Amino acid sequence: MDYNKFIAQHIQELPKSGIRKFFDLVNLMDNVISLGVGEPDFATPWEIREAAIYSLEKGHTSYTSNLGLLSLRKEICRYLKDEDFNVEYNPVDECIITVGVSEALDLALRALINIGDEVIYHEPCYVSYNAEIKMAHGVPVKIETNIDNEFSLDAKQIAEKITPKTKAIILNFPCNPTGATLNNEQMTEISKLAVEHDLIVLTDEIYSELTYEERLPSIASYPGMRERTIFLHGFSKAYAMTGFRVGFACGPKELIDAMMKIHQYTMLCASITSQEAALEALRNSKKSMLMMKNEYMQRRNYFVKRFNEMGLRCYKPRGSFYLFVEVTSTKLSSLDFAEKLLEEERVAVVPGTAFGSCGEGFVRCCYAMSLEEIKVATDRIERFVKNMKD
Amino acid sequence: MRESILKLLQQNSRISNSEIAARLDVCEDEVKKCIDSLEEGGVIKGYTAVINDEALENSAVKAIIEVKVSPSRDGGFDPVAKKIAKFSQVSEVYLISGGYDLRLVVNGQTLNEVASFVARKLSTIDGVTSTRTHFLLKKYKQANMILHEDEDFERLKITP
Ligand SMILES: Cc1ncc(COP(=O)(O)O)c(C=O)c1O
Repeated sequence: MDYNKFIAQHIQELPKSGIRKFFDLVNLMDNVISLGVGEPDFATPWEIREAAIYSLEKGHTSYTSNLGLLSLRKEICRYLKDEDFNVEYNPVDECIITVGVSEALDLALRALINIGDEVIYHEPCYVSYNAEIKMAHGVPVKIETNIDNEFSLDAKQIAEKITPKTKAIILNFPCNPTGATLNNEQMTEISKLAVEHDLIVLTDEIYSELTYEERLPSIASYPGMRERTIFLHGFSKAYAMTGFRVGFACGPKELIDAMMKIHQYTMLCASITSQEAALEALRNSKKSMLMMKNEYMQRRNYFVKRFNEMGLRCYKPRGSFYLFVEVTSTKLSSLDFAEKLLEEERVAVVPGTAFGSCGEGFVRCCYAMSLEEIKVATDRIERFVKNMKD
Repeated sequence: MRESILKLLQQNSRISNSEIAARLDVCEDEVKKCIDSLEEGGVIKGYTAVINDEALENSAVKAIIEVKVSPSRDGGFDPVAKKIAKFSQVSEVYLISGGYDLRLVVNGQTLNEVASFVARKLSTIDGVTSTRTHFLLKKYKQANMILHEDEDFERLKITP
């Protein structure tokens, strides 16, 4: 049967995630040390798991309101006000609990985009942005960031891409896969630009707690920004809760309301168990979170030192738990480097091109791994690089 | 830096200075200097291994002993506590608040050995008014380490 005639055109045209292809390759091999993950190696802190179990014990197994538990929304709004984000939202109608940032992003894009609207985003980036924009019938417009300014983003790079059709900009800092962050001047200038051109900013701050250098408040707190920002965040990374699938979006109530319409018909609500676990995370797990963050930071330091010692250029990422390492000195393409390294040394890294074509020449290494594993992996990479250069 | 170093040593006292230096992004000399001063200053009193006795063939006997003491006018609980601490059988001594005064951990090869230590040595010390001995049956967590292995759970090798 010719299934292509049944499958929607724009889905047929969507490429499979580059990560996916590599995943299939890795899975065929044994004894692989994988630096290719995008999630914490820690299990969710026990107090959070225990709260989830207790929630089940009490028989809390129902739907919640579409927006999510009010208690959780209140706690989130307190968290955003008090803790480093410096932005205030009303828990009643300016916050929606979603199934991860993944869903929040999808809701935001579908709520905003008319066919043909342009959305600007920066590459190398999280694998979903480009596809999500297309699935919402928008036109993705990419900005290529580069290692010369440590994969950061200046307003003038955005300005070059703005057209009358531009509706929104997606920002992701700290960035997956580069670990880049924005400084105060960059955020100020980007804010001015967004106001001047009347654009919506989607800010994916899922790695915000995992910032190892100076941490600035959310771009939503900059002048003129709160009314035009959809703030996306979740529990997956900082609280090691990827499997709980819980995140949230905050923004002006009109936008949250539009997102809520899609959410209520497609997802109904996020899992109540996960919502109650998330509540515990915000109430009582700051210490566990900081312990994990501290460990990531130390692993980052170790990792960067080792890569620089073996002659692979790698700047020190300011946030997230990824290192974006330049491998051009080996004369191999990203994909060849990753494939050869996997074959010869059984270490999996993700080719930079999985995050956009400008990721050529780089590979992503995750440091959400024990330092013992990182040591073995870097020893193997060192041997591999030496062989390549000889 | 002092605190970070202490934390790392507490997690793994065999960690090398070079690993500490790499983790904290400082030079090895600084680490060495800091550890030397912690040792000299008496903050670090020694380095030990966390041993799971149950995994050994002839595992020893351990008891936790609560001791009531009538304090002396001059030294309070100190003279008695210091005297108890001198016995090699005693590995830990704490003065605590609550229903009794001192909490000891006592080690021996056999139940009898511990029992006779309590009867002959401990109870006869001047100032010790009563003791209660609790033999340790199983250890679950020690020095921040959970001693039983959970079943392995493998995450996916590649994720976005
Ligand atoms: C930048 C970024 N945004 C969103 C997500 C998805 O997060 P969630 O688990 O909340 O759906 C990820 C996960 O890798 C990510 O790196």
